[in-house]
Amino acid sequence: MNAKKGDWVRIHKVILTADERAPQVPDDTKEVPLEMWDKGFLLNDFATIGDEVEVETIIGRKLSGKMIEINPQFDHGWGSCVPEILHIGRQVKSILEGAE
Amino acid sequence: MSASDYNEVMSRKGEIMKDAVQIDYSRFESGSIAFDYEAMMEKVGYSLDQIRDIQLSTGVGNTPVYELKNLTALCRKTAEPGKGARIFLKDEAANPSGSFKARRAAVSVYHAKKLGYKGVIAATSGNYGAAVASQAAMQGLKCIIVQECYDSRWKGQPEIVEKARKCEAYGAEVVQLSVGPELFYTFLQLLEETGYFNASLYTPFGIAGVETLGYELAEQMREKIGRDPDAVVVTNAGGGNLTGTARGLLKAGADNVRIIGASVDLSGLHMASDGQFNRKSFTTGHTGFGIPFATNPDRSDVPRSAGRPLRYMDRYVTVRQGEVFYMTEVLAQIEGLERGPAGNTSLAAAFSIAREMDEDQVVVVQETEYTGAGKHIQPQLSFARENGIEIRFGNPEEEVPGESIILPGHPSMIRAVDLDLEKIKYSYIRNCLAKVGNPEDVGEEDLQFLADEIKLNKYAVKKMLHHMQGRENSGTAR
Repeated sequence: MNAKKGDWVRIHKVILTADERAPQVPDDTKEVPLEMWDKGFLLNDFATIGDEVEVETIIGRKLSGKMIEINPQFDHGWGSCVPEILHIGRQVKSILEGAE
Repeated sequence: MSASDYNEVMSRKGEIMKDAVQIDYSRFESGSIAFDYEAMMEKVGYSLDQIRDIQLSTGVGNTPVYELKNLTALCRKTAEPGKGARIFLKDEAANPSGSFKARRAAVSVYHAKKLGYKGVIAATSGNYGAAVASQAAMQGLKCIIVQECYDSRWKGQPEIVEKARKCEAYGAEVVQLSVGPELFYTFLQLLEETGYFNASLYTPFGIAGVETLGYELAEQMREKIGRDPDAVVVTNAGGGNLTGTARGLLKAGADNVRIIGASVDLSGLHMASDGQFNRKSFTTGHTGFGIPFATNPDRSDVPRSAGRPLRYMDRYVTVRQGEVFYMTEVLAQIEGLERGPAGNTSLAAAFSIAREMDEDQVVVVQETEYTGAGKHIQPQLSFARENGIEIRFGNPEEEVPGESIILPGHPSMIRAVDLDLEKIKYSYIRNCLAKVGNPEDVGEEDLQFLADEIKLNKYAVKKMLHHMQGRENSGTAR
């Protein structure tokens, strides 16, 4: 996937490598780097996913990182069905109606 | 970046913060334990009337209060005869950004603008970020939100990702980070780079902003029931919500109201653990914030936190994740109010506490928060299940944070569990003593300060100090 100057992209960057982490972090966190994700308009003329790029963020700050997504989108939603939830309303309504 | 950069930035913490909040905290400190909290709130903050005006100008506050009649009826079905207080709810989701946090943000952003800052930064994954972003949009400042969002597999709780979306919707830049306390390092770097204002949750502006909540609550309840409520239940995380609400109640003259803090029980989970990050289904209002911030309020991002919950708290309870999710669904199903789960921590606690109270008594739940995709029980429970968390109906007492979410098999099983407030007060004093080093340096002024800090008298504090010294001495002798 390619992007051109002005495209809205997501970048990724390692802020601290695993061995640079603060002394107080728990062992499992100490094994992984501190990572950062941000979004901005591409400042390079042209870039391919995985390239080191420079961007201008929505408020005008310039920063660099590895381009990982073009036109990044949110993919959170309402999740998959949790059938248990359906029984809660039925139960409390039947208690209010005096069945229990 | 290198480790030395990290240490260098952290060592500049004091000066960076001074430029970013412009409060000289040393003015209120006397060199040992004591500091003049009330002077800080007065001299740095704004009067209640000024805050009401600031908030009104952006549509913040004046949120409605509802009597939850069906919920009260349900509570009475599970209570002894004559028990089951009337439950009221202050609908803070009606604020512009969808939570009470708009009250805090309104004042911080106003103040930043007044001082001539071009932008504001806040380090938060939650409703406060959305509130700061919303206020910055309204008041014409730039905004950066720094958020602990993903684990090392780039997996984020739907709730946190939703909050990032909301911040971006208001035009903010969202800097997303993986798990870890070094978020503070990135935060400091951003403050230094941009010269923006630190819209910290814990400045006097942030806390004074919540005072209007307590004040309104007293006014509204007097109108509805002709008197003050018997108890107010407050979700407790960093302590600002409880502190501000209690101070507002006191400013309204409502000084006989029991202030009850409530947090979700996340005991056993480490808040900075990459592996456990997505195994908790609550990202705020839980004991992981509630306990450390109560016992050491000054661990926040400003030298002196204006959120000091032990000064006002009469009782502190925990509820379980399953109980809060259950009550969130109940609120929607029998009261017609679909609200976000985290804000309903105090609702779950109030349902249990109302059962201990008499029918003619009144308990108020002082907040709700907005809900939507990602920030709703459906995606949160489904995310938990995908991550291997067991979800079932049963006895909530069997819930193990990070392993299971037990939805109560019957509403009568919802039980707020009392935390030992005395033990928490001891921890607070111990943390203060660790800072002075020598217990003999505790002067009269310090004693009064400690007494105010933990809502006891000087005599009780002296007794606690003696008890602690006695225990330490006997420890050394062995």
